[in-house]
Amino acid sequence: MSGRVLVGVKRVIDYAVKIRVKPDNSSVVTDGVKHSMNPFCEIAVEEAVKMKEKKIIKEVVVVSCGPQQAQETIRTALAMGADRGIHVEVTGKDYEQLGPLQVSKIMAALAKKEDAQLIILGKQAIDDDCNQTGQMTAALLDWPQGTFASELTMEGDKIKVVREIDGGLETVKINTPAVITADLRLNTPRYATLPNIMKAKKKKIANLKPADLEVDITSRLEVLRVDEPPQREAGVKVETVDDLVARLKEAGRI
Amino acid sequence: MANPLKEQVIKLYKTLLYLGRDYPQGAAYFRGRLKSAFMKNKDEMDPEKIQKLVARGDFVIKELEALYFLRKYRAMKKRYFDPEKKSDS
Repeated sequence: MSGRVLVGVKRVIDYAVKIRVKPDNSSVVTDGVKHSMNPFCEIAVEEAVKMKEKKIIKEVVVVSCGPQQAQETIRTALAMGADRGIHVEVTGKDYEQLGPLQVSKIMAALAKKEDAQLIILGKQAIDDDCNQTGQMTAALLDWPQGTFASELTMEGDKIKVVREIDGGLETVKINTPAVITADLRLNTPRYATLPNIMKAKKKKIANLKPADLEVDITSRLEVLRVDEPPQREAGVKVETVDDLVARLKEAGRI
Repeated sequence: MANPLKEQVIKLYKTLLYLGRDYPQGAAYFRGRLKSAFMKNKDEMDPEKIQKLVARGDFVIKELEALYFLRKYRAMKKRYFDPEKKSDS
């Protein structure tokens, strides 16, 4: 076993930014908007780094697909403790159409190339909310998957995964190699402070193109239209409790 | 100011400035407050007092990291874990 973990990270619009739709309803405004690492990807990186600190695994390799700016996201992961990075360069129209299927093909190809024992991804990206990349990657590699992980324990060459599901928590034991997707309560990601970022400048980021991995990134999907969610209706003030009850009954709430 | 201390203080300032980029009320607001906080103590000569101030700065770093984590955690929890949506088993 190589003891190598592959972690996928995505550069998304920062979670605190107010999203604006372009006037032509083609997409969301991204120019000049603050971007950062997807929060669930941060949790994935943290988990991999923790495993390395506990000496459960030997190397953390962080991957991101996108234009030049994706390197900033890789640098943040390196500052959190990853060992090296791989930047898969996808730009322009290709990048606009890059979705979970293409990313999972890239991750699968890299997992084979790097002889990875484990792939950890965030459960979903906060921009597209697909929640598909982890599952598709596992399917392409024919590896078991532990999704929505809120707890991970290595037990020999198997992993015990506690999953957060609608009904509560589910514990599964899967073989390695495997794909894990990280959920919110898996861990508390460390902040990449300036001193750590400076130290991480020495770490290497390899540059690749999807063609180098023999991956076809043509999209089978076309975005037709992007709209803002419907505006929240203004609240209505009532004078008495009876009035409130009457209105609630009217609205079919009680 | 003694030289190694000066280095420490500058490093602290840079680290705080970098952290301030994510400050909820804006990076510019943070930079203004940060600068005035440091300028207030610029004539301090006693190395012991300077060490104490640097330690206070380190404490502020930890507070900011905690603030950022909590904000992000609560936002994600609110968006992705709606208790009303829990299905009946």
